[in-house]
Amino acid sequence: MVFWQNLKIALHALRANLMRSILTTLGIIIGITTVIAIVSIVDGLNDAFSAELKSIGQGTLYVQKFPWGSHDWRKYKNYPDVGWKEYKAIDRYATLISGASPIKHARKPMKWSNRRVKSVSISGVNKQYASIRNIFPAAGRNFSHLDIERARNVVLIGHDVAEELFGPRNPVGQKVRIGIDSFTVIGVMSERGDFFDQNLDEFALIPYTTFNKTIGHDRHFTIIVKVIDPSKIEQAKDELRGILRRVRKLSFVKEDNFAINQVDVLKDLYDKLTGGLYAAMFAVAGISLLIGGIGIMNIMLVSVTERTREIGVRKALGAKSHWILIQFLIESVILALLGGAFGVCFGAGIAKLVASVSPLPATVRLWSVITGFLFSSFVGIIFGIFPARAAAKKNPIEALRYE
Amino acid sequence: MSLIHCQDLRKIYQLGHLEVNALDGVDLNIEPGEYVAIMGPSGSGKSTLMNLIGCLDTPTSGTYILDGERVDLLTDDQLADIRNRKIGFVFQTFNLLARSTAMANVEVPLVYAGVGARERHKLSLETLTKVGLGERGHHKPNELSGGERQRVAIARALINNPSIILADEPTGNLDTKTSLEIMALFKDLHQSGNTIVLVTHEDDISKFAHRIVRLRDGKIESDRTNPDPQ
Repeated sequence: MVFWQNLKIALHALRANLMRSILTTLGIIIGITTVIAIVSIVDGLNDAFSAELKSIGQGTLYVQKFPWGSHDWRKYKNYPDVGWKEYKAIDRYATLISGASPIKHARKPMKWSNRRVKSVSISGVNKQYASIRNIFPAAGRNFSHLDIERARNVVLIGHDVAEELFGPRNPVGQKVRIGIDSFTVIGVMSERGDFFDQNLDEFALIPYTTFNKTIGHDRHFTIIVKVIDPSKIEQAKDELRGILRRVRKLSFVKEDNFAINQVDVLKDLYDKLTGGLYAAMFAVAGISLLIGGIGIMNIMLVSVTERTREIGVRKALGAKSHWILIQFLIESVILALLGGAFGVCFGAGIAKLVASVSPLPATVRLWSVITGFLFSSFVGIIFGIFPARAAAKKNPIEALRYE
Repeated sequence: MSLIHCQDLRKIYQLGHLEVNALDGVDLNIEPGEYVAIMGPSGSGKSTLMNLIGCLDTPTSGTYILDGERVDLLTDDQLADIRNRKIGFVFQTFNLLARSTAMANVEVPLVYAGVGARERHKLSLETLTKVGLGERGHHKPNELSGGERQRVAIARALINNPSIILADEPTGNLDTKTSLEIMALFKDLHQSGNTIVLVTHEDDISKFAHRIVRLRDGKIESDRTNPDPQ
């Protein structure tokens, strides 16, 4: 009951100095706003990213010269290039995969009649590539065995390329130019949309054999591999390692001189990135909560001094020290919670704003709101305890005499 | 047994290297229902004596028994409890809580005694009526006159049915007419059985008391009955 009475007293006191109370909580507001906004944005990113990773990356492996996420170029640059030998061996011996395709890559302009797309991502692949990447022709057909074997000048184009070159016309059967060579469009891939700011529909696929013939014969490429059962991805990796080591005749004391990358590695990189964001958040939030806490302590000390007489009266009338302590502690916690509440609102507002004006998604989570409130009451207690103790320790006689 | 029993009370303040004997062996007994004025010039030790009697402070040495309880050995929180139950303070400067209504002010001792809200409201209204302010309960101190404020303070002192009412210069901030009104109220309270200890330096005010104790230099100089209280 004394508690409720104390709560009432605290609200009373804060209302009496409303402007001062709000200004005092500014540091807390900034701190909590930062926490809520950043957590919401990172959470939103997480959602979007893992969904996207699932759609593009589940059970997909990339056999390459360099491991992803490593900067130790000097170590890897002497590795032999990944090429035909490796691709043939994987295609022939791997049992845990549903498909493998070489990927050769270039950017080239594409032309049709007088229209032109300045830079299209051109990949030389085989006919399994589309199903490995989980993309399919919305019109026309995929590559045939003969397209690959005879290195025909055929092309599958992405949705946006089709739109930019042909507008409403049907591209299938039309002849386009890639660089100086002429290609027949045999299919248009279904629309995939954007992943963050990256357009996933501006690409063209040609047979890798054709790629060698027209764009360039380069010995090294990436081999993309689709695992049959994504839960057995580790076994599949082991199998691939075995095949590659055999084909490269590595004795068992030697390290692998190739890399089997998987999208999880990208995820690690991404986690590092968001980890950085979190670190920045903790720094900003920590500093502003500290400043906010000191602000609260300062204003509470002022409040305790201003109300010395009140403390004296309350003590004379029978208030025990801990009741006075609680009275002022409640006041500082409410002050901090007030800041926390504003911070949660502002943070959520910023997150929503970011979500609506930028491609970044944002999700405000209940746990982050709760954390925000917990943090601010924690600050209120930590920085309120000193002034509250000062109040509780006052001598009633001196306090009553205080002018 | 006396209501207040002080034996050889001493209070020594340490001011730097200087020791000040604010109270230098005071023996004082006050019986229930008495109306005592404690007088003396400033520096005589009357404030110190009042603080001790009011359980705001403990003596350096000596014994103080209030209503059968030995007070001189208690801790701060125990003293708070005694003040809450047994003492009703009336201050020169009223010492009301500025942001609270008259009723809320009167209820403060009950809050700390753990009395429920409904009971508090009932008692505070009753007590305010007793001091003639039944209708002014919802006003804040700054909406009340000096005399009314002191009445609120007296109601606050009365609400816990204390053993003694301890009034420290209760008319010091009031004009003559209002002072007389307040003293009349004290007289009523005395007549209805309350024990009143009045600390003052004004002879006009001490004339209302039935017994006058004079202090000088920390000692009792005289202790006599007032043959003709006003």
